[in-house]
Amino acid sequence: MFKRILIANRGEIALRVIRACRELGVSPVCVYSVADRDGPWIEQADEAVCIGPAASKESYLRIERLIAAAEITGADAIHPGYGFLSENSHFAEVCRDCNISFIGPSPEAMNLLGDKVNCKRLARQSGTPVFPGTEGGIEDIDEAAKVANEIGYPVIIKASAGGGGRGMRVARSEAELRENVEKARQEALAAFGNGTVYVEKYLENARHFEVQTIGDNHGNAVHLFERDCSSQRRHQKLVEEAPSPGVDPAKRLKVCESAAALIRTANYCGAATVEFLMDKKQDFYMLEVNTRVQVEHPVTEMITGVDIVQTQIRVAAGEPLPIKQQDIHINGHAIEVRINAEDPDKNFMPQAGLIETFVAPGGPGVRLDSHARAGYRIPPNYDSMIGKLIVHGPTRAAAIARMRQALNEFKIGPLRTTIALHKRIMDNKEFQNADFDIHWVERWLKSNDTAGVSK
Amino acid sequence: MIDMRKLKELIRLMTANELLELDLRDKDEQVTIRRPNIHSAPQIMQAPAGLAQAVTMAPPAVAQPAAPTSPSKPAAPIDDTAGLIKIESPMVGTFYASASPDKPPFVSIGASVGPNSVVCLIEAMKIFNEINAGTTGTIEKILVKSGDAVEFGQAIFLVRPS
Repeated sequence: MFKRILIANRGEIALRVIRACRELGVSPVCVYSVADRDGPWIEQADEAVCIGPAASKESYLRIERLIAAAEITGADAIHPGYGFLSENSHFAEVCRDCNISFIGPSPEAMNLLGDKVNCKRLARQSGTPVFPGTEGGIEDIDEAAKVANEIGYPVIIKASAGGGGRGMRVARSEAELRENVEKARQEALAAFGNGTVYVEKYLENARHFEVQTIGDNHGNAVHLFERDCSSQRRHQKLVEEAPSPGVDPAKRLKVCESAAALIRTANYCGAATVEFLMDKKQDFYMLEVNTRVQVEHPVTEMITGVDIVQTQIRVAAGEPLPIKQQDIHINGHAIEVRINAEDPDKNFMPQAGLIETFVAPGGPGVRLDSHARAGYRIPPNYDSMIGKLIVHGPTRAAAIARMRQALNEFKIGPLRTTIALHKRIMDNKEFQNADFDIHWVERWLKSNDTAGVSK
Repeated sequence: MIDMRKLKELIRLMTANELLELDLRDKDEQVTIRRPNIHSAPQIMQAPAGLAQAVTMAPPAVAQPAAPTSPSKPAAPIDDTAGLIKIESPMVGTFYASASPDKPPFVSIGASVGPNSVVCLIEAMKIFNEINAGTTGTIEKILVKSGDAVEFGQAIFLVRPS
């Protein structure tokens, strides 16, 4: 096991990793930018090193400073968290070259699964269901048009190196396809440094179904079932839950096992999430693989009892997976809401500044993953998520009731947060009936129902 | 095993309460922390090796004496940094006062520096970086010694501007 882990991240995920380290008997070290000097999670670490000014690209993204911080504190491993450099294979490579263990996949596995075209090729090998579409990147527009005509419009043009909803264009006809392929290529080149684009069938009203997997260095990989993240706004998740409601158990098992097979085929060590879209017939189509721990990992932890962050650390240290597939079961239902310092009435404008009131909810089955507290000043330089509120209950209805009460108890002020918005979501009939798709939140926000959404 | 957090907390309490010596025994382990006077940083006299080394790299706040609270105590130390310019580390790494152990330091107290004067090296990832003064004046104080870990923004020299 590692002696000391440097956490190359901040906020709630830094606190999460600190907690996992403590339970494993590993010493945690934090890094912080000048803007995070008073970050409440830092006092929980054994050492802390200032790595730069406020801007992420001058601090949390500065590879040489992270490595130097690991060197001067004697850290033998780095946990990248999510975002920042967590899916940067160059960073993983530098860690390896400097004899520091990167808690995540090898650069090779990361590149293989992180590139959508290569990943799709591998998925076909491992039996993981994919969208019908072009075999690889589009070389020739006529070839793309032929494939699109075969699979049927609408289709979507995607950047191989893209992600998080960026670098995608929908085409509903051959004319639109021809018009958009070259534009998409230019955008991809500018945004991701890689102009490779491909074409896939586009599902209009699907649900977002993602499977949590973990692999080790001994050829094993398991799945921890799925999360449903259909409640999104502008490709950012608002609410996540596990398991995905109303899914046929046999179909669930088949797609989850196919996700584990993909990770196994890629010789992947670490946590990975295989994202799918699920159509109304409960057929699944792989979107992409996220080669890191995800924000919403807690809902999976609540239904399976597996500590995902501890397991990441253990497999990175060379241990075999501490759990077997036959011992992983779905127990009850979990829901997570992301608490963002944003004003939903002002187009979700981010709120920075001092938190004066912070009253956390509690009770059975209530979990709060947050670095915030009364007296904490939210810096304006980073994303607006200040915490995650997670509940677990024996059924989905019980979990919703539990979440409603927890949101009623949760008081943050004076700045605006998405707490009130989440209360409205818990009261929403589409959400309660799980009669939704990935565009439901945006449709609902546009409708009259959301007048005074913050109240 | 005496854990790191407890040790740091003991040092903090010592400093805050102006204790000069603390001797702690725990089963077969012993830690003695002693300060010659209330203005000195605590020295760990005896502790498991890794622990002592790790604690000396603790954030500077631990080593600062607390301001006295009772009226019979002497006044707080005079702030002798007024009017001085700090040279701050622009990077994370290990500080070296000279180009190599057998060479003299780049600067000593009283040395004149200009913006491009090399004042020290900071090493990271096996690369030694020359650090420039970035200001004009004379070296008044050297705040770190060779082999010390430094972080971004940490003051390493105080310069009296000319």
